[in-house]
Amino acid sequence: MASITIRGVKKNYAKTQVVHGVDLDFASGEFVVILGPSGCGKSTLLRMIAGLEEISDGTIAIDGLVVNKLEPRERGCAMVFQNYALYPHMSVAQNIGYSLKVAGIPAAERNQRIQAVARTLELEHLLDRKPMALSGGQRQRVAMGRAMIREPKVFLFDEPLSNLDAKLRVQMRSEIRKLHRRLNATSVFVTHDQVEAMTLADRLVIMNGGKVEQVGTPSEIYTRPASRFVATFVGAPAMNMLEGTVELDGLSLLGGSRRLAMARAGLPVGTKVAMGIRPEAVRLVASGSAGALDATVDLVEELGAGRVIYVDLDGAPFSVMTSEAVHPEPGSTIGLKILPEDMHFFSSETGSRLDVFKASVPEPAL
Amino acid sequence: MVERTPFLNFFTHLILFVGFVFCVAPFAVVAIAASHNLRDVNDVPMSLLPGSDFWVNIKTAWVTAGLGPKLLNSFIVAGGVAAGKVIISALTAFSIVYFRFPGRMFIFWLIFVTLMLPLEVRIVPTYAVVANVLSPYQAILDVTGFSWLIEKLSGVQVSLNLGLLNSYPGLILPLVATATGTFLYRQFFLTVPDELTEAARMDGAGPLRFFIDVLLPLSRNNMAALGTIMFLWAWNQYLWPLLITTDQSHAMAVTELKQLIPNVGGTPEWHIAMAGTLIVMLPPLVVVVLMQRWIVRGLIATEK
Amino acid sequence: MEKRVTFSSWTIGILFAVPQLLLIFTFFYWPAGQAVYWSLTLQQPWGGGNIWVGLDNFRSILANADYWNSITASLVFAGISTGLAMFIALVLAALTDRQLAGSRLYRVVLIWPYGIAAPALALAFRFILAPEAGFLSVINRIWPGIWDPGLDGADAMASIIVAFSWKYVGYNFIFFLAAFQAIPRSLIEAAAMDGSGVIRRFWDIQFPLITPTIFFLLVINITESFQDSFGIVDIMTSGGPANATNLMVYKIYSDGFKGLDYSGAAAQSIILMLLIIVLTIFQFRFIERRVHYG
Repeated sequence: MASITIRGVKKNYAKTQVVHGVDLDFASGEFVVILGPSGCGKSTLLRMIAGLEEISDGTIAIDGLVVNKLEPRERGCAMVFQNYALYPHMSVAQNIGYSLKVAGIPAAERNQRIQAVARTLELEHLLDRKPMALSGGQRQRVAMGRAMIREPKVFLFDEPLSNLDAKLRVQMRSEIRKLHRRLNATSVFVTHDQVEAMTLADRLVIMNGGKVEQVGTPSEIYTRPASRFVATFVGAPAMNMLEGTVELDGLSLLGGSRRLAMARAGLPVGTKVAMGIRPEAVRLVASGSAGALDATVDLVEELGAGRVIYVDLDGAPFSVMTSEAVHPEPGSTIGLKILPEDMHFFSSETGSRLDVFKASVPEPAL
Repeated sequence: MVERTPFLNFFTHLILFVGFVFCVAPFAVVAIAASHNLRDVNDVPMSLLPGSDFWVNIKTAWVTAGLGPKLLNSFIVAGGVAAGKVIISALTAFSIVYFRFPGRMFIFWLIFVTLMLPLEVRIVPTYAVVANVLSPYQAILDVTGFSWLIEKLSGVQVSLNLGLLNSYPGLILPLVATATGTFLYRQFFLTVPDELTEAARMDGAGPLRFFIDVLLPLSRNNMAALGTIMFLWAWNQYLWPLLITTDQSHAMAVTELKQLIPNVGGTPEWHIAMAGTLIVMLPPLVVVVLMQRWIVRGLIATEK
Repeated sequence: MEKRVTFSSWTIGILFAVPQLLLIFTFFYWPAGQAVYWSLTLQQPWGGGNIWVGLDNFRSILANADYWNSITASLVFAGISTGLAMFIALVLAALTDRQLAGSRLYRVVLIWPYGIAAPALALAFRFILAPEAGFLSVINRIWPGIWDPGLDGADAMASIIVAFSWKYVGYNFIFFLAAFQAIPRSLIEAAAMDGSGVIRRFWDIQFPLITPTIFFLLVINITESFQDSFGIVDIMTSGGPANATNLMVYKIYSDGFKGLDYSGAAAQSIILMLLIIVLTIFQFRFIERRVHYG
């Protein structure tokens, strides 16, 4: 168990910079998930914590000790790799016990610890097999066992579930969660899968383009996204964005076809903003009813439990998710209702969240 | 695939069969000739029915050319070259693939260039080096003035001398000094996933441990392939052993074939010559038959 | 292609390369350098002073009719035996790749000649092709004196070509068959669906796809014909009759070790080295273009 402190960490490869100054604090025993699209620098950051990549600038400290110059083995971290990286010529037991062998721990104690780990992960009957003879889920467990056996201060996970099929992924997700509850070691988990991130994380770090966009609990991130990027990246289907311009007494939307009456809150007239609405926050009402936005249905995607309705809202694409048993025909008109508390505003220029508006229900422009 | 090509199939079988005969006939002729007596072997044309003197001829050839100890020498040299190659190439490839030190590319090219010039074309100076394997170092000391300096300071005249003519190291080492195996390993090491190296580092293994515990066990197939081709190659060496083994005690089997060429004048003793040939070609043939898979694999990998 | 993960310790890295470097310095670079030095000097065998003579050794070699004769003989040998060995191997590999009944047997047997030492097969062929015994002697019974490698230069050349080609058919076969088998089955099947027959497919699909292998083997066969021919020549003809089979490597050996003309032999080595280097560079440039380094 250990805290991790990251201060001003940068990473350069030759001329390109992939991590642009990251500051983060992970508390002891916390399960942190770093979420971001591929190429956002999340894996690089993880590998810098592990000691697999040099740190170009800044410091990383584990339990207050700066580890920049320490070899991976001296940092007390264990890692589970995306493709498991099991040694193909060693049996399961040898794979799990290899780090103990390197550390010179006598065979008797080693075996005892291998047995204990195998029991936890239900791998006892597989100890003599080679990785080739295991299924994906079993390999995944062996990779975890290899990390667990050292009783590390920090667990690092580099997209460990991305090679599993959907069903197994759900199962392994809950196993990782249970394991964390039991071992209570600080864990850093990198993924590009937002469902995985949401379900696993105590705290979520969203990265984009080598920078941290937002840090917070999954529900904070979902309900109050700090930037337009976070808003559209987290949540499926993605949050709808309507472009608008600040006017004297409100906001003009959709090229002027709709407007919102609201307090301007210090923003100069003409400022470009974006209004975001989650598809699941939109209510369906009868078309033409008071305060409703009329839209034309393009396509209905059936999800079983609910459905996503893609509509055309004054020429802009817009999506609605509903669990109501409605099945509008493509081409028909439906009414949408959006409550002010479900609206998110972002600066079109910087993408950052604007909490300055007090909006009312949008209405057709007069 | 369903394909009706009776004529083509007929010719395919015919040509392949001719090719088969073409390949096997020399072996058969050698074996049959080795079973005849002096008169029958010189019959024109020689009878293709085996004679009855096979074991007598084998024994005569064995004794005349003293093949026993020479086969042993061939095994030692071929084994030594194969082992030396397998080990030294692995070390070198590990160095140039898994480390980043200044001059790494220079070393890479130094080794690469040795692929271009086979031993045969630099045979004369290599012979001189083996006659005194320390002569290059002596020359360096002389030219740089160290010899002079040491002589001035200590009064001892520097004279390095270690002759390797008529010795196993003299036979083996120059044959090991090429790059073939290094590039075989290099190609293989490049296909070993990086994650495996990272996992080993996370498990606390340093370069040496990683090399011994992970890389070498994974390279077993390459070692078998490389060892097989190098064994064959070394066994079949002729010019080099011919030059440096003036003494019979270190002569190799292949070079001794020359002793069996029948003299001009008198009835040529082809039956003995063929018996000797059979003995000498048998060990590599056995290796080819047993290790076929590795040979194909090794050849294709080393030449790429 | 480079590794993403490497070890940071320089010293250990260099230490791993030391054995190889020592070996190639002692047995490769030093002798190669020595050959250059000798080729530019005139020296007494084993001792005595070296006199700097510049390019005189090269001039005297290139003015020597025997040397040109040796080059011609080497080129004739290289040309015919390479052509023969490659053509036969290509045909056999293409037919074996058709995978008719028995192809497994051919696949095994056709490789055998590769394993045999050049001198051993040379002795076997010396018997088979002997003018007074063996098999070709039958011709001499009918037309006395028409075949005698011991007296007729062309016959001698034909003998060493047959012996060398026999061994390299096996070698080339391995590579050709591997190249044919590397062609995706689906390509052949697609061509068959397009209505292309066996022979048509060979010319339109398989042959173009194995041209890199053909080119590669061409270079290897030629370089090997310069080196691996030594044992064959020494056992079958000793360079004779009348120098008709005195190939370059054999001449280096006989001038250097029998004639004790080290400077001349060194100059010849240098010329041969240059020849091989040119061929090899040619090959690597080609391969460089062919192989995609990830």
